[in-house]
Amino acid sequence: MKGNEALAEAAIMAGCRFYFGYPITPQTEIAAYMSKRMPKIGGTFLQAESEIAAINMVIGVASTGKRVMTSSSSPGISLKSEGLSYLAGCDLPALVVNCQRGGPGLGGIQPSQSDYFHATRGAGHGDFRMIVLAPSSVQEMVSLTFKGFDLADKYRMTSMILADGTVGQMMEPVSLDLGEVTDYEKPWATTGTEMKREHNIVNSLCLQPEELEDQNIARFARYAEIEKNEAMYESYRMDDADLCVVAFGIASRVAKNAVDTARANGVKVGMIRPVTLWPFPKDAIAAAADSCKAFVSVEMSMGQMIEDIELAERCRRPVLLCSRVGGMIPTERNILDTIEEARKTGGAE
Amino acid sequence: MTTQILIAGFGGQGILFAGKFLSHEALIENKEVAWLPSYGPEMRGGTANCSVTISDKPIGSPIIANPDILIAMNLPSLDKYEDAVKPGGYIFVDSSLIERKVKRTDVKAYYLPATAICSEDENLRGGADIILMGAMIRRTGVVSLENTEAAFRKVVKANKPQLLANDLRAIKIGYDYED
Repeated sequence: MKGNEALAEAAIMAGCRFYFGYPITPQTEIAAYMSKRMPKIGGTFLQAESEIAAINMVIGVASTGKRVMTSSSSPGISLKSEGLSYLAGCDLPALVVNCQRGGPGLGGIQPSQSDYFHATRGAGHGDFRMIVLAPSSVQEMVSLTFKGFDLADKYRMTSMILADGTVGQMMEPVSLDLGEVTDYEKPWATTGTEMKREHNIVNSLCLQPEELEDQNIARFARYAEIEKNEAMYESYRMDDADLCVVAFGIASRVAKNAVDTARANGVKVGMIRPVTLWPFPKDAIAAAADSCKAFVSVEMSMGQMIEDIELAERCRRPVLLCSRVGGMIPTERNILDTIEEARKTGGAE
Repeated sequence: MTTQILIAGFGGQGILFAGKFLSHEALIENKEVAWLPSYGPEMRGGTANCSVTISDKPIGSPIIANPDILIAMNLPSLDKYEDAVKPGGYIFVDSSLIERKVKRTDVKAYYLPATAICSEDENLRGGADIILMGAMIRRTGVVSLENTEAAFRKVVKANKPQLLANDLRAIKIGYDYED
């Protein structure tokens, strides 16, 4: 299955019965797949008149406590930003997929990771976070989508799948054995009172500053819990590593090959692959800074995750950037060259 | 062992289909597979290509910089990728569309007039990609001939048995072709 189709099927298996979207390359297979599958299982597929309409439909369904999603690619995600902020303000669970392409503006249609800042920092106005999951294979398009719905419900917030054109378009063998869906109580959902309870109100408007301050503080207490409990990463050949490559998504696949090649040439290098970009696996990076002499951040952006690495390791070690942008993917050679540079800079053997 | 195969040509020649067929065949043989298409505007008539990686172990990067095997179905693709093929690798050329020979001397080159063979037989129309696959399977042994029918059944619609028969004929023609 293509990554995009596998993601869509995983969403259905996670209990999602509402999909709202608008076509854009390279994520349109998600919408196409949903248009075929949803009617057969009593779900709703709706091609909205715009990305903005789609995200607002998501807000509507999320208010009722049902699992709901939308998907787009970079320019379309920008349009959804207002809705992402409202979802946060209303404390609503939802899944949003960004199958990234090169930007800014309309940019290109080839893969990119340049929406890292958008996803981890500035998804919209106001103080808020999203859980950001970064799949590096078709299998993870499946497992992280399933996980994303679960985390969204658990913490009443948006989970974003930050994929890219490559993992969306590629095919790999995939297992859809995902386990049981956890049902969360949603006493806040607007499902009709049946005259038996008080009205539930879902709203992001709060004109009392004291009250709004309290809401923000309560939300960030939840975020602190997420940072403590939900960071995920893969550690690869880090045991005796002098150098640490950090890469996520499709870039990490090339980086893994580069690590193997460098190891074969006697360079003690390992890799940390953040699976969650928010919460960022800070502790793993900080621990790596104890034993490694330098870091290499491999990114398909002009250098965005590199700031999180520097923050996590408190600038104790140099962090070198290996970056390709505009739809280009770093080659193994690019990464090996930066590893070599890091070896010299950090004084590793 | 990991084998990286790049299939390249014009949009419409069945580049992606050939890659899908090959991927399914490798899956049937219990190998790890990654299939990566070009999905840009080239799909609509420009150059299209498809990367298939087949391995005994989990696959690192699905992106192919230096293929072991190149299947070139038009001149721009041969021009673009000839130098990237690994030394000792294979290049399969549709010689009815590409007049020049492979310049490299450190790779094995095979020439089949696949498109010309197809144009002589109504039922083989559009089967040049599969003819080249047949030759590739025989010369490289990356997958075996015996599982081709099962693999085609995965990628050809069940209600089009005629297409399945045509594909099986095409693969045999390529497999048996002596150049």
